[in-house]
Amino acid sequence: MWQAFREDVKDQGVEVVTVGIDTAGAEACRHFIEAANPTHPSLIDEHHRVAELFGVVNIPNAVWIDEQGMIVRPAETSPAPPSVGVERTPNQRAMDEPPARVVEMMTHASQITYDAPTYEAAMRDWIANGTDSQFALAPAEVIERSGPRSVDTARGHAHFEMATHLELAGEHQAAIGHFRLAHELVPDNFAYRRQAWSLEPSVEGPLARFWQGPLEGQEADWPYESDWITDVKEMGAANYYTEWKP
Amino acid sequence: MITKTLSVDRADFEARTGWQLKPEGACKGDICIPLAEQPEGDTLQLESIAEQLNLPLIHDEAHGLWALGPESLSSRALATVEAPNLTLPTLDGDTFELHSLRGKKVVLVAWSPY
Repeated sequence: MWQAFREDVKDQGVEVVTVGIDTAGAEACRHFIEAANPTHPSLIDEHHRVAELFGVVNIPNAVWIDEQGMIVRPAETSPAPPSVGVERTPNQRAMDEPPARVVEMMTHASQITYDAPTYEAAMRDWIANGTDSQFALAPAEVIERSGPRSVDTARGHAHFEMATHLELAGEHQAAIGHFRLAHELVPDNFAYRRQAWSLEPSVEGPLARFWQGPLEGQEADWPYESDWITDVKEMGAANYYTEWKP
Repeated sequence: MITKTLSVDRADFEARTGWQLKPEGACKGDICIPLAEQPEGDTLQLESIAEQLNLPLIHDEAHGLWALGPESLSSRALATVEAPNLTLPTLDGDTFELHSLRGKKVVLVAWSPY
């Protein structure tokens, strides 16, 4: 858990900053943040600024920044540190009879792989050793690993911001067109897709934002090219996160 | 950056894009791009600066809005390793600036509630 990790390392000159990326804003994040009760800065990012500014493409993703404000590892998969306790967010509570779509999503999700102990060990090594850590990358390597950014992907980020702006202005239908262009132009950003899918009407209750696809029998009304299950099947759950490189 | 007009406040542009307009050009981290047209005063003409920095500028005519996208100078998401001054609200609406943590290491973690 990030809060427990932060308490563990806070006297070593490091701070954790969590950023909730959600166009639905503070009220959508509140429940989770209050449950975690962080003593570190916990921010709300309605427009996914961290995508444009740091190359965040999925969650969880983390960036390491040194004392001089220089990025030493660009955005990469960042499982919560396991040594200080297992994270249990409210959505991971067991359900008595989950709907078939959610059962299928959980089956795929259980096949998503990441190496949390290795990532935590690397983070602790950097916190202890700074620039001497083998995990603090040279500037050219940081830039190289930060992900592709063509003129088209840059335009896709502009469409995403237009979409979130319109969504927050109550123009949901107009936002969809820009979300679609963002998805097409920034194909490696899975958070951009999940964001748009999570804003579509679905089931009532706590599963609403996790549905991320058409309701049964209403497939023709789904406004996007894909949905969570279709995408994860196509990429393969094992490829959901790119493999971590030291 | 979202705007209703193509004339924008210089300070807004700098805060939002991270590009600082200096006598030597538009600068971000260790990069400076000389500008053919030096912006003067507190107002910028967005089309001109977007073209010179190769920033995408898209228009939603129906809603009268423009969106300015980021640079793609290095063909990578990061043009420089100098961290931008990410400025975002906290849960309670206070404004937090990443640069306030200079002097500490920072692990910046993105998550989402969906």
